Amino acid sequence: MDTPAHTSPHNTAPPGDLAVWIFILAELLAFGVFFAAYAFTRARHVALFDAMQQTLDRHTGALNTLLLIGGSWCVARAVEAVERDRSPTGFRWLLGALACGAGFVLVKGSEYLAAFSAGINLSTNTFYMFYLSLTFFHFMHVLLGLVVLAILAWQTRAGVYGPTRSHGLNGLESGAAYWHMVDLVWIVLFPLVYVMH
Amino acid sequence: MSANTKLTPAIPRLNRSAVLLALATLITLGVGEQGLGGRAIMALLLGLALFKGRLIVLDFMGLRRTAPLWRRLVLGWLVLQALVIALAYRISSS
Repeated sequence: MDTPAHTSPHNTAPPGDLAVWIFILAELLAFGVFFAAYAFTRARHVALFDAMQQTLDRHTGALNTLLLIGGSWCVARAVEAVERDRSPTGFRWLLGALACGAGFVLVKGSEYLAAFSAGINLSTNTFYMFYLSLTFFHFMHVLLGLVVLAILAWQTRAGVYGPTRSHGLNGLESGAAYWHMVDLVWIVLFPLVYVMH
Repeated sequence: MSANTKLTPAIPRLNRSAVLLALATLITLGVGEQGLGGRAIMALLLGLALFKGRLIVLDFMGLRRTAPLWRRLVLGWLVLQALVIALAYRISSS
């Protein structure tokens, strides 16, 4: 069920700052090129990619997907709470998002550690070159997202955002949009790299 | 963009989307664990990714109630990814 606020006509700009959305579109384009490069390179090395894919742990990939989804859900709930001028509730949701993001970093970090311990690196083969560079590029975005979420949580706790505040929700919505972008990219990355063959 | 401070979907929709996203992820994992492959499975996996991406874009990102241009740009990226991946996999299987 929508709130009355959602009866507004469909002629509004996206939530947050326009500059952030331009940045998001540029990031999506970069990841898109990466995904296409992976898919078409795989087309020339199907046996290698299918064999190497079997060495990945799909369970940790799925766990990371659930952690990012959980983080996005928490962020969306935080924005919803602050919209209703409930900053303390929004702060708690942002802490939840931070916990999910930290969980992702721990799980992904353990995957990297296991791979490096096994002597796997960028020059191991074409599949691992793509796997490590593509997932690490995304990993860096998660780390940046965690910094953004930490700042948002601190400012939300301080009551910076809210419908009656001078800042409105612009900063919170901008950071939230970035975090959702990181989630969206993983939604494509997980089946492409971990499952599809 | 102060006019955008009331775009977040209501709580039930956010909760429902989160549950659907988790379920779709578990289905994806299940397909992977079965070791299934082929065009039909690829189409299923891409369909699940599109379904999940649409929920994130419309509900979490809050683009359901924005100008159509923004929805089309982000959802268009998602559809383009699926088409490019499908094309590459078609080439590899032909």
